[in-house]
Amino acid sequence: MYGCFAPPYFPHTIIKQLHKGNLIANSCLSSLLRLFHRYRDLALQLVPMDYTNQPEVRLPYELIGSMPELKDNPFRQRIAEVFSEDGEGNMTLDDFLDMFSVLSEMAPQDLKAYYAFKIYDFNNDDFICKSDLEKTLNKLTCNELTEDEVRMVCEKVIDEADLDNDGRLSLEDFQHMIMRAPDFLRIKTI
Amino acid sequence: MPRRKNDVAITMDDVGMEIDAEYDSGSDVDSKRRAKGRNKPKPAARGKKAKPADSVEESEEEEEEEAPRKRKGRKKKEESEEESEEEQRGRRKKAAGTKKKKAAAKDDSEEESEEEKGNKRRGGKKGANKKEKEEENNKEKKGNGKAAGKGGKDKQDDKKNKGKNSSSSSSDDNSEDESMSEGEMARLKEDVEEKKKLIATLRNKPWRMKRRLKCLKEAQAFVEKFEGALGKGKGRRLYAFKVMMTKVLMGMPYGSIARKTVPREEQDSAMDFSVLFEFGGYCKYSIMFYGYYNYQRSIGLLQFRLPLSYLLVGLGIFGYSLMVVIRTMARNANEGGDGAEDGAFTFCWKLFTSWDFLIGNPETADNKFASTTTSFKESIVDEQENLKDENIHLQRFLRVLANLLILCCLGGSGYLIYYVVKRSQEFAKKDRNELSWLQKNEVEIVMSLLGLVCPPLFEVIAELENYHPRIALKWQLGRIFALFLGNLYTFLFALFDEVNAKLENEKEIKNETIWALKEYYANYTLYHNVTENIPPPNISPADVIRGPCWETEVGIEFVKLTVSDIQVTYLTILIGDFLRAVIVRFLNYCWCWDLEAGFPSYAEFDISGNVLGLIFNQGMIWMGAFYAPGLVGVNVLRLLSSMYYQCWAVMACNVPHERVFKASRSNNFYMGLLLLVLFLSLMPVVYTIMTLPPSFDCGPFSGKDQMYDVIMETIEKDLPPFMADIFSYASNPGLIMPAVLLMVLAIYYLNAVSKAYQNANMDLKRKMQMQRDEEKNRRNNKDSTNQVMKDLEDLLPNKSLIPPPSAEETEKPADQLSKSPKVTGKPGAAATGKGVHVQKDVSLAAANPRAPVTRPPGPRPPGPLPGNARGPPPGQGMGRGRGGPPPRR
Repeated sequence: MYGCFAPPYFPHTIIKQLHKGNLIANSCLSSLLRLFHRYRDLALQLVPMDYTNQPEVRLPYELIGSMPELKDNPFRQRIAEVFSEDGEGNMTLDDFLDMFSVLSEMAPQDLKAYYAFKIYDFNNDDFICKSDLEKTLNKLTCNELTEDEVRMVCEKVIDEADLDNDGRLSLEDFQHMIMRAPDFLRIKTI
Repeated sequence: MPRRKNDVAITMDDVGMEIDAEYDSGSDVDSKRRAKGRNKPKPAARGKKAKPADSVEESEEEEEEEAPRKRKGRKKKEESEEESEEEQRGRRKKAAGTKKKKAAAKDDSEEESEEEKGNKRRGGKKGANKKEKEEENNKEKKGNGKAAGKGGKDKQDDKKNKGKNSSSSSSDDNSEDESMSEGEMARLKEDVEEKKKLIATLRNKPWRMKRRLKCLKEAQAFVEKFEGALGKGKGRRLYAFKVMMTKVLMGMPYGSIARKTVPREEQDSAMDFSVLFEFGGYCKYSIMFYGYYNYQRSIGLLQFRLPLSYLLVGLGIFGYSLMVVIRTMARNANEGGDGAEDGAFTFCWKLFTSWDFLIGNPETADNKFASTTTSFKESIVDEQENLKDENIHLQRFLRVLANLLILCCLGGSGYLIYYVVKRSQEFAKKDRNELSWLQKNEVEIVMSLLGLVCPPLFEVIAELENYHPRIALKWQLGRIFALFLGNLYTFLFALFDEVNAKLENEKEIKNETIWALKEYYANYTLYHNVTENIPPPNISPADVIRGPCWETEVGIEFVKLTVSDIQVTYLTILIGDFLRAVIVRFLNYCWCWDLEAGFPSYAEFDISGNVLGLIFNQGMIWMGAFYAPGLVGVNVLRLLSSMYYQCWAVMACNVPHERVFKASRSNNFYMGLLLLVLFLSLMPVVYTIMTLPPSFDCGPFSGKDQMYDVIMETIEKDLPPFMADIFSYASNPGLIMPAVLLMVLAIYYLNAVSKAYQNANMDLKRKMQMQRDEEKNRRNNKDSTNQVMKDLEDLLPNKSLIPPPSAEETEKPADQLSKSPKVTGKPGAAATGKGVHVQKDVSLAAANPRAPVTRPPGPRPPGPLPGNARGPPPGQGMGRGRGGPPPRR
């Protein structure tokens, strides 16, 4: 999917035109069309078949979050918010394709790291601060940990990864840390 | 003439199965020939079938009539073929006979005595055989048409009964019969096949329904009648397999020689369930155990050397297992060494990378939540343990106390087992029927109970020690392991006592047999006044005096142990997990307190305990497989069934362990235990192979002083002489000592090298840590002065437009890598506060002047950056990711 990265920004009909002009490979076309149909199947009455006029269609977060890929993900809302244009989780087709191409296996590491940072940055202040960490942790453990434990974990995380000692993680810190994670290679793919 | 005929008869029933097999192969050829011939009559028959129904019957009868005629003709041919074969064999036998004479003179070599026993038997049969044969011939002559057909059927029936009625004469009769009916069987099979084909193609025939039905019925009746006799459908393949096994690999079949026959006094109860369940009766004399295998040097056309391969496989299993375990350990060690910065980001990685984005199933998600929580708790406890410090003296005292208590437990359990095994040996001397069930199964029950009770006890005692959970788990596993092994070894020692007693017993029996043989020969010379060519005594294999065969006994003990282990495991799961879960689940509706959350709760799945169980089980297999080759099959069945059973149990009635501590990151802990078990189970087996003399009348090594004599024999007889020379040089201590020395030196050298590497590794790690700290400090000093300014600077969108200063160019490549995405990310953040928007803007506007932002800053070598091992080079990623030129593929 990732190899077909540029086309997702073009509307559906253009994809077809590109294909006619041999500008995208068959495999790309099929995966793009597959995704388009996935998108359309979420709400058949909302999404038109024809995208020539670039209609303003947004699927609400409730629909996006109910996809099997995201349904059980504790961060589904964040993912939808990060990739949606309006920041509320309501997605256009382009957002949708965008999301899948980033989450696809072939997307490069640093891109994934960047979006991971975005996802974990709950309050959108471009830093992962303590409140973000707490939220992440609680989502990840279903609020099973006590407050003390949560606090301790957050302190440890910041202690470990914060290179510039400002008490929060910048994108740089985050990338420095995450690129060394052994699990990062195989995780974060759909 | 009679002499020769006798010879034929001897070999016929002595090598019964072999002849059968040859019969079969011969008849295969035959059948082909016949099939050719048959093709002609067939169309005729088909043609007839077009006529009214009666003709079908007619043709069938015709076939039936045809059969015996052909059979007879064939039989003659076969007999002549046999004769020639037999002649050869007879010659061989004669050679053996002359040998036998010598033996009669000497009477002290066991090997020969064994052979003689067989010969005696053969000789005895001679008379009977002759008569038998004549009878047979008469029958053949008389029998024509249906009578012979019936005879064939009778034979089939005979054959079926054969397993049960084996009084000496009738067994001879049967073996004769069997060999006769083999050819017929092939024929019958062919007929059956034909009928089957008919049934299959009936639908296509342009007949009336009534006729069709009738034809079908007849054909089906025929198929059923004979297929039943031939072993139902699969007969052919199974039969081929049987022939293959017996002819090529196993030698003689069941019932042919003493070691493959149930002794007379046991025959009544040999099929009883209680006996079979304890692996007595037919089980004991089956392929499952050591005693079944014959000492015959080579079998069949392929010259398969059973004894040699038995020994080589027995030892080869150990070699192979050792290699596999050690290779796995080495690989694990390599993987373990990979994470150089292991300790640096534990919590971060747990927090940011533990979610698997591939999860798409609510149950899996729940499990993942639980495991993530546990792993966090684990790390938290780790962290807290680091901070803790307590009264060291009290701690030490408690630990010593705990270890003392556990040693007492271990010793006690060892003694208990020794005592019980001794007792069971006392019981074994008594009559089986007098013993109660408890007395019979005491050893297994006690061992299983110890295995059930001791581990929880250890856990309670371990509370005293107050170790860190991970270390505590290792201790716990080590102790359970010691318990198992101790029990196993006491069991083994008790078994060795028994084996020694059996060896004594065996000597007596051997002398008795030799004495009986001597007597027989003396008598024979006395009555018949011949000194040469004395036929061996006529004793049915069931009546032969036989030794205790300690190898089979040991094998049986191991199989029993394994089976009782299976039972206990399954019962524990059924009662301890399933019943408990049911009670907790359904009694919870009407109970005073919350059963699910409170006291009994659901059973936890004990990963480490189960792994340990597997390891222990493997050890038993390693130990037992030499004396009970069938144990491997039993174990495979056990593993397969327990996989599904435990899978069900875990999913249905277990909850995850509250505090799962992985015993070790790379699992080398378990592999180490496995290696230890392998070594410990290798020792007794190799000891017995090397020191104890094998039984004289059972197993592939009977008649040898030592089991490894087989190898010597092979080297001497089968390999060219220079190989023998080479081996003799190689086994010279003068050569072995330097080789061992060399190996020790090599180990020492490699060890030293690995130590050096380790040190270097540590040094590098320390340096990296130092550098990191330094950098941190530097930034601190620089930034702490005006943090605000720095933040503003970061927020400035223009920053990304400025080509990076040359200083940055010289920085670490890793830094560059991590910086470039930031460069693209920041402007978005600064412009709108929402990265996605800008992200989108940038990418949409491919021709936008801002586009160059996404390119790698400054001049950069086109290839991947040095040191940037992970991920693609950033430039490429950016180019594609953020609105680079439209699609390249």
